[in-house]
Amino acid sequence: MLNKLLSGDMPRSTVLAILLAVILICLALAPFIFPGVRSVDTAARICIFIVLVASYDLMLGYGGIVSFAHTMFFGLGAYGVALASTHMGRGFDALLVGSLSGALIAALLALLIGLFSLRVRAIFFAMITLAVASAVAVLVSQLSGLTGGEDGLSYKIPRELGPAFKFADGELFGVKMNGKLLKYYLVFFSCLILFLLMLRMVHSPFGRVLLAIRENDFRAEAIGYRVVHYRVVATCISAAIAALAGSLYAIWLRYVGPDTSLSMEIMIDILLMVVIGGMGTMYGAVIGATLFVLAQNYLQNLMDVASHAVSGIPILPDLLNADRWLLWLGVLFILSVYFFPTGIVGRLRQGK
Amino acid sequence: MSAAPEHNPTMARMSLAERLEPHAPVLLIIALMILGLIAIPSTSSWLTLTVSGLAMGMMIFIMASGLTLVFGLMDVINFGHGAFVSVGAFVGISFLLMLEHMTGAPSLWLNLTAMMVAIVGAMAATGLMGWAFEKVIVKPVYGHHLKQILVTMGGLIVVEQLIIVLWGPEEIFINRPEALKGAITFAGAALEKYRLVAVGIGLVVFLAMRWVLRRTKIGLIVRAGVENGEMVEALGYRLRLVFVGVFIAGSALAGLGGVLWGLYQEVITAHMGNQTMILIFIVVIIGGLGSVEGCFIGALMVGLMQNYVAFLEPKLALISNIGLMVAILMWRPMGMIPVVKAK
Repeated sequence: MLNKLLSGDMPRSTVLAILLAVILICLALAPFIFPGVRSVDTAARICIFIVLVASYDLMLGYGGIVSFAHTMFFGLGAYGVALASTHMGRGFDALLVGSLSGALIAALLALLIGLFSLRVRAIFFAMITLAVASAVAVLVSQLSGLTGGEDGLSYKIPRELGPAFKFADGELFGVKMNGKLLKYYLVFFSCLILFLLMLRMVHSPFGRVLLAIRENDFRAEAIGYRVVHYRVVATCISAAIAALAGSLYAIWLRYVGPDTSLSMEIMIDILLMVVIGGMGTMYGAVIGATLFVLAQNYLQNLMDVASHAVSGIPILPDLLNADRWLLWLGVLFILSVYFFPTGIVGRLRQGK
Repeated sequence: MSAAPEHNPTMARMSLAERLEPHAPVLLIIALMILGLIAIPSTSSWLTLTVSGLAMGMMIFIMASGLTLVFGLMDVINFGHGAFVSVGAFVGISFLLMLEHMTGAPSLWLNLTAMMVAIVGAMAATGLMGWAFEKVIVKPVYGHHLKQILVTMGGLIVVEQLIIVLWGPEEIFINRPEALKGAITFAGAALEKYRLVAVGIGLVVFLAMRWVLRRTKIGLIVRAGVENGEMVEALGYRLRLVFVGVFIAGSALAGLGGVLWGLYQEVITAHMGNQTMILIFIVVIIGGLGSVEGCFIGALMVGLMQNYVAFLEPKLALISNIGLMVAILMWRPMGMIPVVKAK
């Protein structure tokens, strides 16, 4: 049963298995174990980023393609939900229409970019996505009539997902049975399903061909696989799933703006999560996203403390300033590409 | 015996289209200018826009040339190239701020000397940084495109953050040197003096680069290395050293471009390298990865396009460049002047 659910990809390392189980249990029971607003928010963010990072890994770790437009796809999904909810009124139909159309547009855009760049050289894709993504980000902030510009959009989601809606009286383990809880579980189970779907995909014949292409595209072509087709399809699927993750994020936040869904910073976050967690395994996305989001929320406080502790020495306080945490992550990123290209998961599996 | 098939060879001149074909990229620039002239109602504003488009194109060319050569020579794609642009701008502007008594004076020569000092300082700093960057970040990942992209992107993040540590997170506003402020009027069009200087510097750099690549021994080795590196090494040249030299030169040029770009925008931020990278990539792809001439033509086209469209429909400026890139890739999938590899 478990083997089937995980598509035969068992963790293959005791430590990894324990880590994954702990993460799964914590996320599944987050509203009960960590009842604060901030911690539930963190848990939802972790769920969504696991899917987002896993979909990026589908491209990077399996397809061997570097894309800088993943936040664009993420944002397309988010803006899809936002625009549908604004124009169609609150309701589940708006959420559905928004998510699906966002995913569709993302896949189409990925198809276009892929056809243009992947048929020539895979590295063109990295450059072209960077250019297109920044153009879209600029466009979104300029078309303020449609997208709300820099301010973004706030909208209403169905009442059933709000804190005012109570589906049962009383409390369970001290947690109110309200729409907020429903919303968390909507996000959680959607993410779980998407993740298992991707796990299934990478262990299907399609995923095997992608791995073959990553290892040696020339040879894969010679065996008779149309490399460009496989790469383009992987890109489209990855884009559509990223858009769905964006839709979930938009439902969770009830707000979209360029900063939360389109900015280059998120793109860099995704890159860091993939590489630190481990490229080429779906579990890497789980570990990477969890560690990163936790670090983002709690490590900055720690750095603040450290920065105050060394306040007498020149430059050091600036280097340890909480806003400079990207500096240290960047260093960690470079080191991990050199020394642990398989990331945390690869290390754990090796050291078994 | 059957008659011999009819065989009447004729000597025909190549048709005009065939004769123009090799020059198509250069002609495209002229075509773009003419299109601009038709689309923009007044000639004087067209002239202003053309000059600023050329200035912008020259600056992008200076920044992009190093990237394209580095790729052509060693198949190394450097996503951290923008870091040199930012560092160049910050170092150069710091020099200019130190030399305020020279930039504030109304004398053109004093101003230009101050600018030269800033440029030399910035180029030295970024050249040195390029050397370190090559040694620490790029060297361990030769031959792996995926790792190169990731690692150089990581390098860009680190350098950006270090700039914030050293110069602070706020954007720095700068004054152009006194004599380069304002504009001169020519044929009814206002031409900003600074842009004319930028066009001049860009032309000098392009011609110097062309001269080095075409007329000197080192240029010969570089061009041969782009075409067939293994053969050049077999002939006894240490291509790695040449490559390091090209990397340093390219970084220094990016620094020069950074100073010019900072003075052009009159404001610098730590993220400016990242922003210019987008234009640089578009230019490099349009021109054909590895080709200096293609890079020059692509840069001019992007500069002109950006300025014309920004005048006609401001919201479409960045999109128009992407459209240009798409159109050119449909016409020539490897870029305008593809580099032929003898491999």
